[in-house]
Amino acid sequence: MLGSNAMASGKIFPLNAWYPAAWCHEIEPALAARTICGKDIVLYRRSDGGVAALEDACWHRLLPLSMGRLAGDQVVCGYHGLVFNSMGRCTHMPAQKTINPSACVRAYPVRERHRLIWVWPGDPALADPAALPDFHWNDGAEWKGEGGTFYGLKCDYRLVIDNLMDLTHETYVHSDSIGHDAILDTPFEVTHTDRTATMTRWMINIEPPPFWGRQLGKPGRVDRWQIVTFQAPAVVVGDVGVAPTGSGAPEGDRSKGVNGAFLAAIAPESETSCHYFWNFVRTFRTEDAELTRDLQRAHVNNGKGVYDQDHVVLEAQQRAIDRNPRSPFYNLNIDAGALWARRMIDRMLGREEGTSAPDRAAE
Amino acid sequence: MPEVIDWREGVIRATRDLTPRVRMIEIDPKGDFVQPSPGSHLNVSVVIRERPDVRSYSIVGPCSDGVYRIAVKLLADSRGGSAYMWSLVPGSRLTHSAPANHFGLALGRPDYLLLAGGIGVTPIFSHALALAEAGARFRVVYACRSRGDLALAQELEASVGDRLDIVLTEEGRRVDIAAAIAGLDPQGEFYVCGPIGMLEAAKRCWGASGRPADRLRFETFGSSGQYPSVPFTVRIPRLGKEIVVPANQTMLEALEASGVEMIFDCLRGECGLCALPILKADGPVDHRDVFLSEAEKTQNAKLCTCVSRVCGGAISVDTADRWHRPAGREGTP
Repeated sequence: MLGSNAMASGKIFPLNAWYPAAWCHEIEPALAARTICGKDIVLYRRSDGGVAALEDACWHRLLPLSMGRLAGDQVVCGYHGLVFNSMGRCTHMPAQKTINPSACVRAYPVRERHRLIWVWPGDPALADPAALPDFHWNDGAEWKGEGGTFYGLKCDYRLVIDNLMDLTHETYVHSDSIGHDAILDTPFEVTHTDRTATMTRWMINIEPPPFWGRQLGKPGRVDRWQIVTFQAPAVVVGDVGVAPTGSGAPEGDRSKGVNGAFLAAIAPESETSCHYFWNFVRTFRTEDAELTRDLQRAHVNNGKGVYDQDHVVLEAQQRAIDRNPRSPFYNLNIDAGALWARRMIDRMLGREEGTSAPDRAAE
Repeated sequence: MPEVIDWREGVIRATRDLTPRVRMIEIDPKGDFVQPSPGSHLNVSVVIRERPDVRSYSIVGPCSDGVYRIAVKLLADSRGGSAYMWSLVPGSRLTHSAPANHFGLALGRPDYLLLAGGIGVTPIFSHALALAEAGARFRVVYACRSRGDLALAQELEASVGDRLDIVLTEEGRRVDIAAAIAGLDPQGEFYVCGPIGMLEAAKRCWGASGRPADRLRFETFGSSGQYPSVPFTVRIPRLGKEIVVPANQTMLEALEASGVEMIFDCLRGECGLCALPILKADGPVDHRDVFLSEAEKTQNAKLCTCVSRVCGGAISVDTADRWHRPAGREGTP
């Protein structure tokens, strides 16, 4: 049953993981509130260029610190003026000469990598920069593209992963752009490592779907690939493209084709909502700014983009789950990638069970 | 803000005397085990003179085997908490909280100085082990009266080796806090747990070094003073009351017991809610709190009644009560 929680605790997202909280350019020397994994966090950029991520609740009376103001690199609570530095330690209390030694708010480990800001909502002692997901396609070097974010998408983050790990849905949800009956007819392979799951599908000698035909700009039949890799707990990268059939793409020579990648980094916001950071990048016509704009618009465009279509499906699916909590999800052969992804998530959750750190843990 | 305590049941698994006055108590949690972060404490429910009360004890070590360990010093002038803890034997039940932390360790600093005085070693021990585990640069100074009073010193040495410096009064040594601070990286942090005198000295030296105040982290047990705990008298002229505070009771407890309504919160000299204005003091005021500044303590205008005392004689204070009047003057407008 895909819809059930494998964990006895009922938890659906691991806390000891890096999750995306913002695009780098979104965080300025100003207070920005985000909820990640149920934790209210206030983000801001320090004067040294680094990013601070603090618990968004004053130690004193819990007013969100994001409603206060920034004074240099410190946050002044908007209620009684308590001041917290970027490590979350109180440096000023009103009407007294000393500071209560236990006064602090949590400071979350935070890193900037691949144009995103990642936070670690779990035990800070376990925050390992080596565990940051590989999202290098997004860093603007070899692959080009401009993405965006669905903040507060109203669905369990795992529904987004299900969506991306099984591209059969393209044929139905995105029939006008990237859908194709060949997706349904072509066998696929799912493999996994300890933290990744990969779904590989090669469609040999097919008519290109409309979108890919335009990008290739050549007539004739193509070989099309979809190699979608999940990195636990919430990153999906899809290596996708087409090349003229017979030009050697399945054997490793993609030079005659066009190659793109859809990128997804997802942060659970609550049990039933998430922030979905997406991009679509490419290695062809990388300097073509108009194409970059067109591709962004093709994904999100006032409800008409490809991802807008997913958005509608995902939120409707969550609403249906909420209304029919006992209805089982049934799994099909096409769900193998999603099931391996969920297995990785459950494994992370299992490692966290029984080892929950105190809520007001060390900063 | 008062902590909401999530009470749970445990069973004493074993006890072991680390010194003639410090006992390690192992608690088997009956329900789920919550991994304590370094510097955490457990709140435990104790029974004193047949009344329930709450005490906090630092957790010793990472407890990676799922058993909580605390070390309790039997205090001669105990209010009853340590005596109760010492009455527990293997198999005894104990109501306790999940671990909570007011003395969290921030990892990732380039250098650390840890200073423990006496039983203050308990959270410092956990900090030292965590820093050793993380491969951090640090130094531990552990000050104690005599070798016989050292608790956890061997275990500490086994984990941190020559990064531990034991300073014993009986050997004529004193901790040179200023020198220890001078040897700390400018970006380093200083963690102190010990008696109030040590803490005040640490604050003074830290302030003199010009380093940012937030990098001095400390925890106090609120029970140590410059003077021994002796009985004293509290006079409240406005209410016409005279109250004797026994050696094993706090001034706050004595005030409440005699019907003086008080507000308070932390009960360890941090929040300042229970502070009362001093009108007159015969004996020296033993400020055991960390709420008042050193200058305020010298002025003696107020004292924190949850921890502070007078060393003998009497103290006259005022309270917030503008309602009751001295006996015999009822009805006077």
